[in-house]
Amino acid sequence: MAAALGALTLILNRRLALLRAAAAEPRTGDWGARLKRLLVIGFGQSRQPRYLVAGLVHVVLFAGFMLLSLRSMSLIAEPFWPGISNIGEPYTFIRHMAAALVLVGCAIAAWRRVVVRPARYHDRHATVSHTKEAVAILSLISFLMIADAAFDFGGSEGVRKVAFWAHNSALLFFLCLLPYGKHFHVITALPNVFFSSLKLSGVVKPPSYSESDFDALETVGVSKLEDFTWKQLLDVYSCVDCGRCSDHCPAYASKSPLSPRMLNIKTRDAAFEHYPIKGEITPPEKRADLVGEVITPDELWSCTTCGACQEACPVTIEYLDRIVDMRRFLVDDGNLPATLQKPMAALEKRGNPYGKMARKRGDTGVRVLKEGDACDTLFFTDSCAAFDPRVQETAIAFGEILAQAGVDAGTLGKDEVDSGHEARRFGEEGLFLTLREQNLEAMDKREFTQIVTTDPHALNALKNDYELEQPVLHHSQYLAKLLSEGKLPLQPLGDNRRYTFHDPCYLGRHNNEYAAPRDVLNAIPGIETVEMERSRNRSFCCGAGSLNLFHETECERRMGELRLDMVAESGADVVVTACPFCLSNLEDAAKTTGRENEIEIIDLAELVQRSLGKTKQPEKE
Amino acid sequence: MDIYVCIKRVADTSEVDIEIDRTGLALTEDDFSYDINEWDNFAVEAALQLKEEHGGKVTALTVGIEDDEEVLRRALAMGCDEALHLSDPCFEGSDAWGIAQILSAALKGKPLDLLLFGTVSADEGAGQTGGFVAGLLDLPMVSLATSLKVNGSIATVSHEVEGGLERVRELDLPAVVTVQTGINEPRYVSIRGIRKVSGIEIPVSGVGDLGLDPNQVGASGARVKLEELFLPPQGQSAQMLEGSDDEIIDKLLDLLQENGGL
Repeated sequence: MAAALGALTLILNRRLALLRAAAAEPRTGDWGARLKRLLVIGFGQSRQPRYLVAGLVHVVLFAGFMLLSLRSMSLIAEPFWPGISNIGEPYTFIRHMAAALVLVGCAIAAWRRVVVRPARYHDRHATVSHTKEAVAILSLISFLMIADAAFDFGGSEGVRKVAFWAHNSALLFFLCLLPYGKHFHVITALPNVFFSSLKLSGVVKPPSYSESDFDALETVGVSKLEDFTWKQLLDVYSCVDCGRCSDHCPAYASKSPLSPRMLNIKTRDAAFEHYPIKGEITPPEKRADLVGEVITPDELWSCTTCGACQEACPVTIEYLDRIVDMRRFLVDDGNLPATLQKPMAALEKRGNPYGKMARKRGDTGVRVLKEGDACDTLFFTDSCAAFDPRVQETAIAFGEILAQAGVDAGTLGKDEVDSGHEARRFGEEGLFLTLREQNLEAMDKREFTQIVTTDPHALNALKNDYELEQPVLHHSQYLAKLLSEGKLPLQPLGDNRRYTFHDPCYLGRHNNEYAAPRDVLNAIPGIETVEMERSRNRSFCCGAGSLNLFHETECERRMGELRLDMVAESGADVVVTACPFCLSNLEDAAKTTGRENEIEIIDLAELVQRSLGKTKQPEKE
Repeated sequence: MDIYVCIKRVADTSEVDIEIDRTGLALTEDDFSYDINEWDNFAVEAALQLKEEHGGKVTALTVGIEDDEEVLRRALAMGCDEALHLSDPCFEGSDAWGIAQILSAALKGKPLDLLLFGTVSADEGAGQTGGFVAGLLDLPMVSLATSLKVNGSIATVSHEVEGGLERVRELDLPAVVTVQTGINEPRYVSIRGIRKVSGIEIPVSGVGDLGLDPNQVGASGARVKLEELFLPPQGQSAQMLEGSDDEIIDKLLDLLQENGGL
């Protein structure tokens, strides 16, 4: 028994070797918040019921494990302290119930694995099925339950003795087996939840935690296992291979090369192969390239950074930082798709991805602040609203609302450059830093007390990447504020159409704002709204912002088109959104799916303007 | 393998309203942004790929004013080993022949295996410089290369010829090749990459260093003189085809056939 526990220690120590070789990442402090996450998401299993059957089965198995762990430990201690396993009658009753439930749970889980075979267990890109592994572990757990029962009800001393040894050997075998596969999560998941990020998911990690000067870094991004941070590898160790991430991933749904689950699995396979439990660590130059070969650039460029994967993960695995880190390496290595090189160069030369001249920015009707000017609210439009004629209409609508509400607003005019949000998320950190510096310089020369933007990407960049003193609001939040101050006398729209709100990723999931746009929407007298099944934190990305417009990933069906199917399913006639890219992508999808005359796509600002009586409601088809 | 790549910094005129300045001989440059000539970018990438395969050294050179150094720095960031800036006030106003004289003076006597150019430059579009330099250095040359391989002292080049055909040729090194776009996928140069080479001193050679007679080059040595610059007159308005998709396609095919487009 001591040998088995010793073996487990050695195995775990070997698994920790890679974490020790990995890059630094501070995940300490704020212990109260960490404990809370551990209790709610870890022990409370709060993310499990999103998938009802599988989720409840897991809750039962997990609760059973917790309840029975006392028993298991006492059984291991029994030879040393005879009688210690006899804890008392109430516990005996509870654990008999728990063991019975676990057995039932195992049966349901095995049945699902073997007979039901939900699609999400079988990844399109997987080369190996984990069904056998799952069934083997379920059998082992069932064996433990039966052996335990035999020890209690075995009758003769001989049967009890056999059951006792069978239970303990199986348990120790089980423990030593865990670090070899997907059931490693039994050991790593709770620590992974405890050390999960407490920041908004819109925050991207810096290229390095140990060197803050970007230009001083010798290498940038992740190209091999050891370049990941220890937490990123703990994430990979903790993957249960349940497929919830890929099931929620819009890139996977559109049949692009990306499956977020496979990023975990492939990295973990590489980690287990090159840091084996027995034998030597493979030196990096003798391995297949992790980024480039094992994980292909096409996979990495397919991600829209919508964050649906990490929101769905029951054990809080973080994907975006890893994807951005691997992209950082590709960019530094010169490996950027040609389609993205042009907009990047345009950002560098002209400050916007379209390569337009600054003086050709569209007029939003809002006063342009000269250097030294002051205003209350700075309206940051970002590139799309400045140069895309359709999106510009939303900025003009918002500008008119500001004027009508008597807000003292101003813009940076041609001194504003792209927020750099996507440049950073596409791995071009140097370009992001340059653009940020230009905007900060322009802002420094003007006075204002707050910033508002109609673009959630700009909101995310200004709020989370810029470190500004002034608060940054999204226009939905600003409109909600004006509404509560009684400055928006909204009128009935006078139609009988149904409205639904499409949550932009960088407003909802990444910045936790679901209420403000809905408050504004529902404040319109007589409006009828419906919710899509994939709404709020389960919202389905439109195909994503800015640079994604230039880079079409190969896919079977575009994300925007899939999203419009969901709109049609909800029975809505009008999609209200609050992001220029959602507007563009969904409008395109309405055209390509022939729904142009059935479904209208509109920005929240435009709808409010309509409700204020500024523009006429279009005739109902 | 010693590879030299001649590159040029050109104006990006997309998204700009082209205006002719008061002299009538130049464009108003206020709105221009500048970058490496697109063809030359492919030539640099081709040189770097050959170096990665065979070893050796890649040197980038350009003829131009102080600001043109930017493209040399970019070439260094891409992976070129050395750069040479040929700059002198008397180079101003050179035609392609003058540029070729400057380049060949700089290259003469260098241990050269392969000399690469972009086929044409986006601004002048004459496609002469590579040919002139090959002539002045008495080297074999192929233009419009769409693939380039080196084996020992022989380069195998496929290049575009009339009628959409391709021809494969073998050249004895040293040789000159002018490169067509699409021959490869040029690597991206990140802002960080450029910053990393910002401290490198790039040597500058002037007319004296090259042993050239100032009257051979620049405006005074130019054999081609610019007479007038004008914007093309606006053509007839576009013709809109009407009807169902199939009818439109038929009409379009007829039109193309009639006008020799097919």
